Amino acid sequence: MTAAIDLCNIVHRYGPRIALNDVSFRLDEGEFLALLGPNGAGKTTIFSLLTRLLRPDQGEITIFGANLRKEPGRALAKMGVVFQQPTLDLDLTISQNLAYHGAIQGLHPKIVAGHAERELTRFGLWERRNERVRALNGGHRRRVEIARALLHEPSLLLLDEASAGLDLESRTALYQHVRSLCDERGLAVLWTTHLVEELSSSDRAVLLQQGAIKDQGVLSELVARHDVHDTNALVLGLLGGQA
Amino acid sequence: MSPMAYWHCFLGILTRELQRFLQQRTRFLSSLIRPMLWLVVFAAGFRAALGIAIIPPYETYITYEVYIVPGLIGIIILFNGMQSSLSMVYDREMGSMRVLLTSPLPRWWLLLCKLLSGAIVSLFQVYAFLLLARLLEVEPPALGYLTVLPATVLGALMLGALGLLLASIVKQLENFAGVMNFVVFPLFFLSSALYPLWKMREANEWLYWICAINPFTHAVELIRFALYAQLDSQALIVTAATAVALIVAAVLGFDPSRGILKRTGGKPGGN
Repeated sequence: MTAAIDLCNIVHRYGPRIALNDVSFRLDEGEFLALLGPNGAGKTTIFSLLTRLLRPDQGEITIFGANLRKEPGRALAKMGVVFQQPTLDLDLTISQNLAYHGAIQGLHPKIVAGHAERELTRFGLWERRNERVRALNGGHRRRVEIARALLHEPSLLLLDEASAGLDLESRTALYQHVRSLCDERGLAVLWTTHLVEELSSSDRAVLLQQGAIKDQGVLSELVARHDVHDTNALVLGLLGGQA
Repeated sequence: MSPMAYWHCFLGILTRELQRFLQQRTRFLSSLIRPMLWLVVFAAGFRAALGIAIIPPYETYITYEVYIVPGLIGIIILFNGMQSSLSMVYDREMGSMRVLLTSPLPRWWLLLCKLLSGAIVSLFQVYAFLLLARLLEVEPPALGYLTVLPATVLGALMLGALGLLLASIVKQLENFAGVMNFVVFPLFFLSSALYPLWKMREANEWLYWICAINPFTHAVELIRFALYAQLDSQALIVTAATAVALIVAAVLGFDPSRGILKRTGGKPGGN
């Protein structure tokens, strides 16, 4: 099976501080993988490396066979990204935000319009396409960001703490929707979070702390391997209860 | 990526800049009020005090208003370049800059599109100003309105690239406001925008040399000559070379292995 993400022996430093120390993991095509760790564990650094906002000091990242350092265009074209921080232009309408995103992906406006209709309809936002983003609540803005990330039909979706700031109901709906994208479209998803409660015990997760991987595998199997009674106890044992 | 992908990307960035510009009507008005105040109030006072000799590209004695117009076009594109970069600092703080930088198109192209879009927005302001200046009897030849276009675009690219470079260095919006004061005003006042260089030389030799090497002086002179359908080759070479150097420096500033992204991970306080 093709690796959507192959992160190999990544080391990254901010000045003298080591942010990531020999981090390796793999996400396969159509798979859901959670990157779980407390604040400061290095999740956003991994995210920045995957999206080429940063370059690793050591190690290689491959996206669907394209080396991110050597073929950044080919690698980035495969991914849709939802950042932790809101990134929509609040003064533009939903349609204008999507049109802009489609354009910077190099897509023809007609193709963008078609994809935008499909994605906004899926998210129940098509009727509101001409509203300014400023008028939307947090949950709807997140939906627009995911719709935007899917606009160019990526094979890999990266979400950095996408549920941050949402209420429980919106968080659950968001998780279920993203999960359904894996099943229905065969999309590979990397979901970073510090909340183990958002995940299902059947999800595969990489547990990260202070820039190093503590363990990785399907959560239910990790629970059994570490001889604890649930995922909360697992996190308590491995990450000191911070996640 | 096909050539059409590059074109769609440029159109998308330009459209967004225009949409933002049209939404900020006060920005358009203030961009006109500033040079108009200089032209109507400042120039009226200076007309009596400052005599302008016959210097190229002018073929007769001219009023101070006529002299100052190219300099005021310069200040429009200077402020616009800085404002566009200010929006990049804002974009970075708001995160939308990261969305732009995760495009599969090369980063140099994305930044060039951003610069070109800013320059095109400047043209609306410049032509609106020239129209108002015409009402005040500043009447360059008809051909000048056409030949000033590429000169303005080149000048706007140079100043936009300077702003872009500053945006790659400055971490926060608050710091950028300070840089504006240390960059915009010295660039403007130490140039030929307000006084001819020979006047400056009469006043102070070393001030003259500072003005003579200021790239903004050359951008203003390029626009001045172009407005009268003439070419100042030296100004063209200096402006073009400075623009290229600043664009290269700005692109390096947004490179993931150096510049602002290296220091912050693409966001303030990224972990």
